[in-house]
Amino acid sequence: MTSISDDSDKEKVRSVSVDLNHDASLLIDIPDALCERDKVKFTVHTKTTLSSFQKPDFSVPRQHEDFIWLHDTIVETEDYAGLIIPPAPPKPDFEGPREKMHKLGEGESSMTKEEYAKMKQELEAEYLAVFKKTVQVHEVFLQRLSSHPVFSKDRNFHIFLEYDQDLTVRRKNAKEMFGGFFKNMVKTADEVLISGVKEVDEFFEQEKTFLLDYSVKIKDSAAKAEKMTRSHKNVADDYNHISGALNSTAADNNSAFKKHLEKSADVFEKLRKVEDRVASDQELKLTELLRYYTRDIQAAKDLLYRRARALADYENSNKALDKARLKGKDIAQAEENQKQCLQKFDKLSESGRKELTSFKARRVIAFRKNLIEMTELEIKHAKNSVSLLQGSIEMLKGN
Amino acid sequence: MAASSERSPPPFPDSEEPELLEDSDDGADAFTGTSISEMDSLSPDTTGPPKDLFNTPPEDIFSDPLSDINSEPQKNVKIQSPGSDEAVDLFSDPLDDEADVISSPEVQNPVPDLLKETVETPKSDVIGKAPIDISSKPVHKNAIGARHQDIFEDPPKDSSKGSAAKKAGSAELFGDDDDDEDEEEEMFKEPLKAMTKKPQPSVASGPPINVFTEVKSEVKVKQHVKDDPTDLFAEEAVKAPATKPSSSGGSRTNGVHSEEQDIFSEATVELSLDSPLNDRKKKDAVKASVSAPAAPVASSSSKPPSKTLEELEEEESEDKFDLNISITNPEKIGDGMNAYMAYKVSTQTSLTMFRSKTFTVRRRFSDFLGLYEKLSEKHSQNGFIIPPPPEKSILGMTKVKVGKEDPSSAEFVERRRAALERYLQRIVSHPSLLQDPDVREFLEKEELPRAVGTQALSGAGFLKMLNKATDAVSKMTIKMNEQDVWFDEKIQDVENEEQQLRKLHVMVESLVNHRKELSGNTAVFAKSVAMLGSSEDNTALSRALSQLAEVEDRIEQLHQDQAANDFFTFSELLADYIRLLGAVRGCFDQRMKAWQRWQDAENMLQKKRESEAKLLWANKPDKLQQAKDEISEWEAKVTQFEREFERISATVQKDVIRFDKEKARDFKRQIIKYLESLLHSEQQLIKYWEAFLPEAKAIA
Repeated sequence: MTSISDDSDKEKVRSVSVDLNHDASLLIDIPDALCERDKVKFTVHTKTTLSSFQKPDFSVPRQHEDFIWLHDTIVETEDYAGLIIPPAPPKPDFEGPREKMHKLGEGESSMTKEEYAKMKQELEAEYLAVFKKTVQVHEVFLQRLSSHPVFSKDRNFHIFLEYDQDLTVRRKNAKEMFGGFFKNMVKTADEVLISGVKEVDEFFEQEKTFLLDYSVKIKDSAAKAEKMTRSHKNVADDYNHISGALNSTAADNNSAFKKHLEKSADVFEKLRKVEDRVASDQELKLTELLRYYTRDIQAAKDLLYRRARALADYENSNKALDKARLKGKDIAQAEENQKQCLQKFDKLSESGRKELTSFKARRVIAFRKNLIEMTELEIKHAKNSVSLLQGSIEMLKGN
Repeated sequence: MAASSERSPPPFPDSEEPELLEDSDDGADAFTGTSISEMDSLSPDTTGPPKDLFNTPPEDIFSDPLSDINSEPQKNVKIQSPGSDEAVDLFSDPLDDEADVISSPEVQNPVPDLLKETVETPKSDVIGKAPIDISSKPVHKNAIGARHQDIFEDPPKDSSKGSAAKKAGSAELFGDDDDDEDEEEEMFKEPLKAMTKKPQPSVASGPPINVFTEVKSEVKVKQHVKDDPTDLFAEEAVKAPATKPSSSGGSRTNGVHSEEQDIFSEATVELSLDSPLNDRKKKDAVKASVSAPAAPVASSSSKPPSKTLEELEEEESEDKFDLNISITNPEKIGDGMNAYMAYKVSTQTSLTMFRSKTFTVRRRFSDFLGLYEKLSEKHSQNGFIIPPPPEKSILGMTKVKVGKEDPSSAEFVERRRAALERYLQRIVSHPSLLQDPDVREFLEKEELPRAVGTQALSGAGFLKMLNKATDAVSKMTIKMNEQDVWFDEKIQDVENEEQQLRKLHVMVESLVNHRKELSGNTAVFAKSVAMLGSSEDNTALSRALSQLAEVEDRIEQLHQDQAANDFFTFSELLADYIRLLGAVRGCFDQRMKAWQRWQDAENMLQKKRESEAKLLWANKPDKLQQAKDEISEWEAKVTQFEREFERISATVQKDVIRFDKEKARDFKRQIIKYLESLLHSEQQLIKYWEAFLPEAKAIA
């Protein structure tokens, strides 16, 4: 989990946005992934000491849709209502690189060799970055499940990990998609409705305020961070283009000028590499962290909603019981109902309190880890740039 | 006209004279005709130089012209206007009185006019001499003495050599001036004797004689020559030590020229009264007064035409000017739409051509444009690369005028200030432009007459229009098949380079924009993180987040500074050179125009010859004479234009080589500066992040 992104592209680079309990009994990682057209096939590798698995070490191929299926089944499990359900990984987005690839194909004839090479380089770098990111978010999802005392025992989860055939999960059809959309609408409306319900517990009252506020802020920060890293990427791309343009200028020259141009082109090429790293590390360490927690906080909010729903139900059942008593009709049934609601609510509150507390700790640790890593990387890259620049300046001055 | 006539140097006459004898018409005609033929490379004549020639002019006279020619050829190019005027006046008066020979006495502008005039006045002695000069020059280049002898002995050789020598075009012009003086002297003296009938022969003959006599003692002659140039140069050197000897004649300053001219003019005046010998002595005396160091200058200057490119390149690298110009304190003067920006132009120098070591003047933008206009008027047809000033920006200036203190107008002012500074620095680093009196005046003089005509047209706009017009016209009409490999390649290179730089410039502009964007986005992110920090309920994390916000704030400033560096150090450098390459192309165009003039004259000459042939065939002797006159007229023109073309080619080549060196140096300097700015940014970045690291670790 704690593998730190390293300079070598070969090495599997993973950053973990969540701190997970280190439980050696079930370790999951995604050592490999294959991108075929718009489908990404992940190899999910599991190492375990649990006897519920048939083998201690195995790998299965899984697609993004399988992850979504897993997430959905967990959400739909009533028993998990009191838990923060790890947010599903976002759909792999290869739009950026694909667009570039398209441009590359189109412009191949019109571009100079240098431009083409530069463009290809850019494409590869971008593709790699997206790929890394995609693998990372999927891995994190599984790790969150595996490290959770309840989810790690989930049957569907085990099937997901162990079943060595394609899961061939059926994609949601249009009706279901619409159903999901409708459910969301209802939920939102319901949230507004039950927001009037008076909170009885100060802890939850506080959590609610905090999460509402925090989710707005972190969403904003994530968006801004994304913009920032994107423009950083643009700067790196510009370095690349400048290097290319300098090279082609040098190609047509044959004076003393040529040497300077070539050297500068070289410097810009190297600067691009460093700057690219800076941008993608920022993206991985900072933007991804913020994005992940935006989703995670949403999950926490969902938990609060479910609890609030339960509270509202309980209050309604109280009212129904009062009414029944007044009318002297169906009292037993109403009492039963009220009891169940109270039970459910209490259960939700209890596990919700635990979950939220651990969520807070997890968040702090994750922020710490990522911020430290990012800072260290920033320093490292800046130092690289410094020595690179110093060397180049010496060289230029020398001749 | 007069000028041209005066110039004709002695050595040529030989060849011409024979023809004269053969042709048998007027002496004048004979001269012209022969000379022309020589030029064309069919060395016809030149067998026995006329006795007259021998008799008249003393050796001294001869030596003078030679020396002048050798030493100052390049200078003359610039000088010509004033010198020629004087000469003309002196000359023209007598001539007019004496005969119709000189048809168009008015001397207008420097080189071109002179040339034309010579061409136009074919009948006059003057013309005949001019061609002579040409032929003489080649001689100078090679072994002066040997050539002379050759001329006398083997006419054909001379002619061929003469044609080869043509390349040394610039030198000839100078030679002309000097010659003029000498001749003037002669004219004055001798004309009295036989002005009416054969004024030219007599004049021309004078110098030739010298040639003969001196041919044998060539060595001596050369020394004389050297002495003279030295003096002239020496004076220059004294005044402006900055100009290196290496810079060939073309680079001599106007100021220097004018002085030279003065000397000459005085000399001529005196000469007219005295005998040539006396003049000579006076000159020597004048020269003697000049300090010795000039000697190397003279020697180098006498070489230039024959110098190889490599030599030129090596020489250029030595140039260094102890002249620092800085522009500071942009200041808005006046209100409303009449407001303008004034800049403080401070100069620091040890050059003696300036009155003091440090001085400061205030100049406004239009003054800078005015300087450019003046310089390009004077020098662009010479083939100099004149650094273009920054473009006029109505939008930017209006913003400044309207005058809110907003950052974009501050940036505009700074950008312009920097651009003007670079513009001036480029001008003074041009060895020839530095010597221009207008440049000196611009730097030194307290009050400058208000530049007019720059308002409507900005300098760059003007240049663009000019370039476009000439481009369009020349591209359509002129189909020059380039003979010179160097130019052929260079023109292509410059065009390519300009295109490449344009591309590069677009990239760098995009870098500037993206960096600004990054800076903006970083600022926004910093704010957002600060907000997140304030919402965070974990104290340590909250603190770390607000620290992160601070770091990002600083980084934003860093990006902003770096964007300014991207722009000022890198992007503006490219923009400058794109404009400068435009100016280089302008020089090539000037050269092409000169070539075109030459070709046109050549065609005309061809036509005239054909018509002469027809006349001969038709046996119409009455018109034959006129045809011959015309031919000689056009032959002279061809010669002049060809010389002019060669001169401009040499100047352009030299200046382009200088420019290339300057450019390489400039780029290196700027790139280093730019990388240093990046380096500084990265170092700051390390500092900021290192300060943040403990904060991140403190999160618990």
